[in-house]
Amino acid sequence: MSRTDKTPNAVSGGVPDMATELNGDRRAFIKKVLKGAIGGSLLLVIPLEAGVGEKQENDFDKIPEQIPGIRGQEYDMSSRQFAFVVDITRCIGCGSCCVADKREYNVPDGNYRTWVERYVKDFDDNVYVDSPKGGVEGYQEPRPELKGKIRDTFFVPKLCNMCKKPSCVQVCPVGATFKSPDGFILVDSKRCVGCGYCIQACPYSARFLHPVTRTAEKCTWCYHRVRKGLLPVCVHVCPTKARKFGDMNDKKSEVYKILRSHDVITVLKKDMGNAPSLYYKGVRREVV
Amino acid sequence: MNPAHENVVSTLTNYVFPNDLHVHWSMMIALYPYITGIVAGAFIVSSLYHVFKIESLKPVSRFSLLFALAFLACATLPLLCHLGRPERNFNIMLTPNPSSAMAGFGYIYGAYGLVLFLEILFIFRPTLVHLKGQSSGLMKIIYRALTCDSSNLSEQSLELDRKIIAFLAAIGIPMACVLHGYVGFIFGGIKANPTWATPLMPVIFLLSACVSGVSGIILAYILIKSFRGQYIDLECVKTCTKFLAGFFIVDFTFEMLEIFSHSYLYTEHYHMVDRLLAGPLYVSFWEWQVGLLSVVPLLLLGILCLTRISDASYKLLASVVSFMLLLQVVFMRWNVVIGGQLISKSDRGFTQFHPEWFDKEGILTAIVLMTLPLIILFVLSKIFPFWNEEDKDLNRKEVGGT
Repeated sequence: MSRTDKTPNAVSGGVPDMATELNGDRRAFIKKVLKGAIGGSLLLVIPLEAGVGEKQENDFDKIPEQIPGIRGQEYDMSSRQFAFVVDITRCIGCGSCCVADKREYNVPDGNYRTWVERYVKDFDDNVYVDSPKGGVEGYQEPRPELKGKIRDTFFVPKLCNMCKKPSCVQVCPVGATFKSPDGFILVDSKRCVGCGYCIQACPYSARFLHPVTRTAEKCTWCYHRVRKGLLPVCVHVCPTKARKFGDMNDKKSEVYKILRSHDVITVLKKDMGNAPSLYYKGVRREVV
Repeated sequence: MNPAHENVVSTLTNYVFPNDLHVHWSMMIALYPYITGIVAGAFIVSSLYHVFKIESLKPVSRFSLLFALAFLACATLPLLCHLGRPERNFNIMLTPNPSSAMAGFGYIYGAYGLVLFLEILFIFRPTLVHLKGQSSGLMKIIYRALTCDSSNLSEQSLELDRKIIAFLAAIGIPMACVLHGYVGFIFGGIKANPTWATPLMPVIFLLSACVSGVSGIILAYILIKSFRGQYIDLECVKTCTKFLAGFFIVDFTFEMLEIFSHSYLYTEHYHMVDRLLAGPLYVSFWEWQVGLLSVVPLLLLGILCLTRISDASYKLLASVVSFMLLLQVVFMRWNVVIGGQLISKSDRGFTQFHPEWFDKEGILTAIVLMTLPLIILFVLSKIFPFWNEEDKDLNRKEVGGT
């Protein structure tokens, strides 16, 4: 359970007894409410790892399943086809996904497995885009240098597109980058020679050369979590459910329903011909 | 002010994708095609004599092979300096990915190196056998190894040599073309980069390879001969210059054609290419590569090929043109490799590149790597006689030519 989930439970610990307490000692009741409030707010302050309780650290199996049908079953790669949906209309640019991602993988500064872009459009149809530190600090202030009247603004999270026709896999000279049958593009860091050809070939600039391992790295849609039945960490922490993930072969999954709905869905750089498995809902044509 | 819904993407507000800020392929990757280009170009000069029987190129026919070998010996070094994990470089041959242009490198380079080395051994065989008899100590061991300890110079064995040389030179031409055409395709095959993704890229690389190779041969021939105070065969220099002019005219035409078609077709990414050439690359592309190092050499080549000038002026001017064209190709490699990466895939801005002096891929490394082939060439000159007239044996028994 995440810390945000825990807080309401902790605070509302005394709620069922409220009527009795009110009829009894009001002073004692106030004391209990105060204790509850303080205790609850302490839980907000004490840092906990996202999704992992203190005693359950790194024990994935004790976390409730988030993607149905994976745990306790033999994993059949070829029967799965995962897809990722980013809902532009929901993203608030808080940067939680970037923080979670950076912590999950210890991503070195200046390199980004995922980032959030801010688009600002003025009344002259000028489009201004920025992504300071990949949006990891959230967008809490407006851009001071933009003097014109702002017509519209929105946020676009970016990550690996997990293309069905991946350029990076095509160009990797040693086969270190590969496509798994369940639709993930992964890098074997023990095989990668660090030539950077995949970085050049990726139309989305989702890759970078890790300064420590000196091999290519990129977003994996948290493959290690998915295989344990957990959502990618950025999807899990997103407070507005702007990031969604699921199996397209599971007709009950949210992504299946979205991608089969009447919503406006697109992929980035469609003409590049890479056929991404990352879809954008409500994306605007300004977005590259 | 833009009319509504125009220029939604082309408004350049200089947004660069966060992962694009760093230029991943730096000077070493610009140097690598430069060196392989010189190899391919120099080999073609030799083949013009050995295969196409252009007699006037005989004085440089052997030298150009050694020149090619000296540079070939260093061709992998920039790549090793560039790789994040150079100790894994053999993966490229152990587990090559057939769909990757780069995966062919090990095999193409290896095979080409073998052909070049064998051709040198067979062409020089009578000379080496002769020198083996004259030398002692370490040199004798080297010559014994290079001749496989065979001293057979019978007419029958020399006839076989001739056949082998003709065969090696003939397959060497397509291999030299593949070696450098493939280098061009490494860039041409990247559709994500609008300045690289053109089928013209391998052609331009191949032609500029010929330009740099022929220029290198002309310059080295004139310099070495002048330095040693030896006779310079002007007919040879003139033939080389004519080939240089031919290669360069076609090369420059294609380079300009590529820019022109971007501009004329006005495709999706043209706003980026246009602003790249008008902005960050203006000086290095228009002023240096096109203006000073292409238009001026074209005029000079015109003077060399079409007018009558004194022999001394010809030699001087030919050296100057060769030097300029060697530089032109450096600028071309730089503008393609580094310049192409300055465009962010965001289509909204450009990043910057500042070369470092003491970096693993820095300026100092580049200088060392460009000096190394010259040192190797010097060492080779101690083993193989560069010039035919130094080789008394050759004058007796003609091998490899007509």
